Amino acid sequence: MLRYLLGRLGMAALVALTVSVISFGLIYMAGDPAVALAGENATPEIIAQIRAQHGYDRPIAVQYLDWLAHALRGDFGVSPYFKIEVATLIADRLRITMTLGVLGISFALLVGVPMGVLAAMRPNSMIDRAALFIAVVGQAIPSFWFGLILIVLFAVNLGWLPASGADSWKGFVLPTIVLGYYATPAIMRLTRTGMIEVLGSDYIRTARAKGVPPRKILFKHALRNAVIPVVSLAAVQMGFMLGGSIVTESVFALHGAGYLAWQSISRNDLPTMQALILIFSLFYIIFTFLADALNAWLDPRLRD
Amino acid sequence: MTMTRTLPLSPRRQMAQRALRHRGLILSGAVLLAIVLIAILAPVIAPHDPYRQSLVTRLRPPVWLGGTWQYPLGTDALGRDMLSRLIYGARVSLMIGLISAGVSMVIGTVLGISAGYFGGRVDSFVQYLINVRLAMPVILVALAAVSLLGGSLLIVTMVMGLLLWDRFAVVLRAATMQVRSMEYIAAADMLGATQPRILWKDVLPNVMSHLIVILTLEMAHAIILEAGLSFLGLGVQPPTPSWGLMISEGKELLLFDSWLIMIPGVALFLLVFSINMFGDGIRDVTAPEGRN
Amino acid sequence: MAAPILSITDLTVDLPRGGDRPHAVEGLSLEVAPGEIVCIVGESGSGKSITSFATMSLLPRSLKVSSGRILFEGRDILTLSESEHAKLRGHRMAMIFQEPMTALNPCYTVGDQIEEVFLSHTDMPKAERKAKTIALLEEVRMPDPPRIHASYPHQLSGGQRQRIVIAMALALNPSLLIADEPTTALDVTTQAQILAMFRDLRKTRGAGIMLVTHDFDVVAEVADKVVVMQKGRVVEQGTAEEVLNRPRHPYTRQLIDAVPRRQAEVTQDVSGRPVVLRVEGLEKIYRVPASFGRAAREVAALKPASFELREGETLGIVGESGSGKTTLVRAMLRLIDPSGGQVFVDGRDIASAQRSSLRSLRRDIQIVFQDPYGSLNPRRTIGDQLVEGPVNFGMSRSEAMKRARELVRIVRLEEEALSRYPNQFSGGQRQRLCIARALMVEPKILVADEAVSALDVSVQKEVLRLLAEIRDRMGLSMLFITHDLRVAAQVSDHVIVMSKGEIVERGPIAQVFNDPQHAYTRQLLAAMPGQGWEVPDISTLPPVSA
Repeated sequence: MLRYLLGRLGMAALVALTVSVISFGLIYMAGDPAVALAGENATPEIIAQIRAQHGYDRPIAVQYLDWLAHALRGDFGVSPYFKIEVATLIADRLRITMTLGVLGISFALLVGVPMGVLAAMRPNSMIDRAALFIAVVGQAIPSFWFGLILIVLFAVNLGWLPASGADSWKGFVLPTIVLGYYATPAIMRLTRTGMIEVLGSDYIRTARAKGVPPRKILFKHALRNAVIPVVSLAAVQMGFMLGGSIVTESVFALHGAGYLAWQSISRNDLPTMQALILIFSLFYIIFTFLADALNAWLDPRLRD
Repeated sequence: MTMTRTLPLSPRRQMAQRALRHRGLILSGAVLLAIVLIAILAPVIAPHDPYRQSLVTRLRPPVWLGGTWQYPLGTDALGRDMLSRLIYGARVSLMIGLISAGVSMVIGTVLGISAGYFGGRVDSFVQYLINVRLAMPVILVALAAVSLLGGSLLIVTMVMGLLLWDRFAVVLRAATMQVRSMEYIAAADMLGATQPRILWKDVLPNVMSHLIVILTLEMAHAIILEAGLSFLGLGVQPPTPSWGLMISEGKELLLFDSWLIMIPGVALFLLVFSINMFGDGIRDVTAPEGRN
Repeated sequence: MAAPILSITDLTVDLPRGGDRPHAVEGLSLEVAPGEIVCIVGESGSGKSITSFATMSLLPRSLKVSSGRILFEGRDILTLSESEHAKLRGHRMAMIFQEPMTALNPCYTVGDQIEEVFLSHTDMPKAERKAKTIALLEEVRMPDPPRIHASYPHQLSGGQRQRIVIAMALALNPSLLIADEPTTALDVTTQAQILAMFRDLRKTRGAGIMLVTHDFDVVAEVADKVVVMQKGRVVEQGTAEEVLNRPRHPYTRQLIDAVPRRQAEVTQDVSGRPVVLRVEGLEKIYRVPASFGRAAREVAALKPASFELREGETLGIVGESGSGKTTLVRAMLRLIDPSGGQVFVDGRDIASAQRSSLRSLRRDIQIVFQDPYGSLNPRRTIGDQLVEGPVNFGMSRSEAMKRARELVRIVRLEEEALSRYPNQFSGGQRQRLCIARALMVEPKILVADEAVSALDVSVQKEVLRLLAEIRDRMGLSMLFITHDLRVAAQVSDHVIVMSKGEIVERGPIAQVFNDPQHAYTRQLLAAMPGQGWEVPDISTLPPVSA
């Protein structure tokens, strides 16, 4: 198991390093960063001055290593738009996004897994068809639109929940649904196919031949095996949710990291943009690694 | 018990037969065909110029909310005909879906098949690429790229094409690995077939059904993503009639004229829903064992 | 005679509509008495397994019992509810399955899974459950029971896993034991041990055993009574002695006639003929790279192997799974790269050839694989796949098509076959098409890698006959790789016995079979089932009306 996890850790580190290169490279994507910073109508002297001031005149490799060394210490520089430390800014905003991510994935799992199990118990039955239909419908609804509809319905027409803000738990209800429903169909489908496959497997037949009661077969023997791939998927989906928080947070005007990402992009705030891409990617890498570890614990075949 | 054993049909005939019996496939196929025809014939069937603004005819409601047949779906805040913008918007969505998914397909298929077929170092490298790609949040990277490079239709399409190849690579890698281990591959090798020939004649046809299914899924994905980017103001730029942009523009009047977002939203849903249904149908038809 | 434990009367099980016949099982009646082994024999699709699943109430949802009675210990179990039946399963009746590799839940220890039987049917305390389980593991002769108790299925071999399943079945001393092809997936030595265990159980436990098999030698080894099934119907039943030695039904006779004999039909002396294939010191070593706490290792999948094949000769290569016979073939053909050694065909070495010259070298040596379902591309027509070889070697398509038509006739199929797809053929037909495909490039050597192992005996017999005929007609030399000693004996002139990646014995077939030198060969020969049974010569039996 140690070997398996160390292998995964190596890959995770390599991926993280690559992502850092890409995040850093962003500032060169639109051409000379000094020109961009200087703005229009800048004289060549001013541009040269800015270039020297920000160290853009050094070799790119040196600039990258310098940036990375600072980043590793949590120093992403100062945001030119918000005029404060990027790290402080993000740390402040991340709380809402993480809360939302945890709530979203919980919602997706709590709805998706039972639905998948129910559908798998009677393939091609009405329940199964209904579950699959809901999944296809769910996957086709754009989340920003769904958010707006929910606002119209629950905030404007019924007045049950606030349309925006995170002042109380009520403010999280709609964003959680909007963030979570998009991952639900995938989780439901994977649970369903996993359960159908497992329920048709030889060892379930063995369990039945032993006279194990049906309920125990379903939960002890079948679900335990079917849930293993779902763990990996949930980690991936949770990573995606952080990205999805950009949309959700801007629809519900929640001032989390996703909203910050949108602000930094529309204001051309490069240091913040870089830091956010790196941090969101790192979260994804950490989630998937944790899922691998959890799977090694769930599946004895991965332990040896 | 004398029963004449009938010969099973050829794979292609079997598929055709299953396709004709598949209600979801036929229905979604019909809707898709209609949308495609509308997009192609947009200049002929659109009642108005989708770009023409008119302050006099601002925010006319659709007919069922008391509007007139002159603007069946009403007009937007700039007085542009909603129906005409919707019709032209189909062009944008379909084009973005097709081209982005096409670019992704080429990248993902080449990576996935090479990884699955050659294994070893090639496989490790492709897995690394897939992991890097998956670690980068799509929306964030797409938004950043579009904001840095400028938001033209071409750039949005290409950025998405370069981002959405992961599922092709993951699925085709697994499918190719399975095909690779089949004995007909070893037999072809023994019979002097070159590697490109084996890839073309033996591997590709046997992973084709996966490829088509993913293609539909990614088309839907690209269409939704474009709408999302445009909604956030960093996708297709105004005044292009994009459905996502229409929703974004209607957002301001959400509380008063909610049909402004309902109409493009329903259109978007219908298109994406049909594409997904169609993809599901193809999967059922090509691999019926995958369903039960 | 004791009253039967199980008595099935007029059982009919319906197949879902659209199948090739309306019933999976039709009007079946049989009885199993205590202390008796009843074998149900038949080829694939005969409905033999359905009978056992119906008794265990484990039929797939698509199959329904439409009439008949299954009396078990005096109760008609078809009238029981699912939970009432669950109380019988694992307690009064138990079942052992064909595929031990997948029969156990990978997530739990085998000890856990055996104890679950006690847990489901008794209120035994934990310590007693464990003690009983350890005792069971001893009874099924597992080494080091406490360690096995804590092992996961993937840490055990197929034979060991099958013993675990048997231990589970025996846990509560059931009066009926159903075994569905319990040894088919196992090596012959493991099979012998398990069959011996069944014979003992009948005595020690007094249980009635219903054993489903396709193998008449297994029947001869253990059966008291035999039921022969064909297409869902019982065609003949009686005592083992009657059915095996004096079969009355034509179908039974056909099956028994197809049982491979333990000796060659014709042996030929090939010593003077020219050598067409010479393998020298061929080996394959896998390097396991160093990892945490473990030094780098080398695992020899194939130790240096040398042999010669002469013109017109059939050389059998026999070994159990893991013996290295498949590695030998794959390395010889360069389907995997060998670590050392030479393979000479026509004086040219395949093992050291450049990738580019490999193509022309391999033309002389072609292969037919085991799996008739995986060796033809499902998306290409048969014709397209047959002309592949000659076209790759520069023949025009039309000329290649002409040869394809000829070869399809030689393997006794219709010319229309060429425009069809693989899914339109049966397993035996596909295997004949694979032979035709291999012959398209006019090889000098044909390698048959377990080429008949997946086929029913009667089909197996036809394919073996076809291979022998083609060999003689085309002057081919053949390498015949098999795990089945009986088949090897029937077709080979010389034989090589492999064990643990090494050739342990070689010689003319009669010599190896009658006077084995190596201990492993002796063990292998001793493990062959049905040795006490002299297969009757069907042609000398009195005629019966069909």
